[in-house]
Amino acid sequence: MTLQETPSQTVGPYFAIGMTWDDGTFVVPEGTQGALWLSGRVFDGEGATIPDAIVETWQAGPDGRFGEGFRGFGRSPTDEHGRWGVLTLKPGPVDDQAPHVDLAVYARGLLRQVMTRLYFPDEERRNAADPVLSGLDADARATLVAERSPEGYTMDIHLQGPHATAFFAF
Amino acid sequence: MTGVGSDPHPPLLYPDYRATRARAPSRPLADLRPTLTELTGPVLGEGRVSEGDNDLTAQHEGEPQGERIIVHGRVRESSGRAVPDTLVEVWQCNAAGRYRHAGDQHPAPLDPNFTGVGRCLTDAEGRFRFVTIKPGAYPWRNHPNAWRPAHIHFSLFGRAFTQRLVTQLYFPGDPLCPYDPIFNAVRDPAARELLVCRFDLEQAVPDWALAYEFDIVLRETPFE
Repeated sequence: MTLQETPSQTVGPYFAIGMTWDDGTFVVPEGTQGALWLSGRVFDGEGATIPDAIVETWQAGPDGRFGEGFRGFGRSPTDEHGRWGVLTLKPGPVDDQAPHVDLAVYARGLLRQVMTRLYFPDEERRNAADPVLSGLDADARATLVAERSPEGYTMDIHLQGPHATAFFAF
Repeated sequence: MTGVGSDPHPPLLYPDYRATRARAPSRPLADLRPTLTELTGPVLGEGRVSEGDNDLTAQHEGEPQGERIIVHGRVRESSGRAVPDTLVEVWQCNAAGRYRHAGDQHPAPLDPNFTGVGRCLTDAEGRFRFVTIKPGAYPWRNHPNAWRPAHIHFSLFGRAFTQRLVTQLYFPGDPLCPYDPIFNAVRDPAARELLVCRFDLEQAVPDWALAYEFDIVLRETPFE
């Protein structure tokens, strides 16, 4: 049997009714040893921040494994300044890959989620050997490496424009 | 006609849906051979759903206004294999076409007895069932005299992060569908029809509610 896949549709402007959770931004509870904030802003092609997007995150735990007592999943609607953020633990390397977090962005005007990754700036050696980063040109690669911030790491997501983030087909 | 197994999803840039113009990614999508990160996904079980979350008509003191309906279906992968125990989230406007959301300024009444959010986990055969009211159509600003057809938003997780699907259910025979750029962004007419639920008189509860069936097919998990 082969069934045809159901097509995607936009989340629209009112996803907060159904897609937000009280603990959505807390991949780990506040006070967890080693917890840090991954955050950033989402921009459209006119350079404006997007206040009605939602960013979902999926990652391994510090041991490089998925699940195993670690939720690994976060979801953060952007605020009025286009800012998202999740409280989590830094993932360990997964197989031969550098530590990374998968990010999916949903918004009005996106007919399907767009998928990207966040990598860590203090993992230069592993990043250089990462098979996914290695498949990108230097310009695209640079858009996926976060910067340090006082609370953790920050990575802006640009849907279009000169700083356009690299997104992946999936 | 797009064949089975090809990409059924709408293009990210569909200028008739105006908001895609400044939001569809401009950089060509890069190839990603799925790794363990893409082939796994969150396990969201009982803790995410409370008793009664699948009945959108029973979340307040009184019953909401509108036509009570049952929406049920199965979640499967394209191989036909059921997706059991997966979280299904739905949200919708009320019978008057108004969302309980600060951003919705449509001058139609809110319903004190309707929030418009539902959740459930699929059973062992991938089945879900919601009781709700039929949502109304409402105007939006995409183009002059633009109206969204009645729809219910569905969010599904599946087993892998790349299986994640957010879509919309439409109703059979809705005269607004042919004019709706979001519905029509799905270019293949056969794929578009998968978004239209089926009137299901057999599952109607006599003297109480009509029923509609909406089957959802997620991409095959690529690792098996």
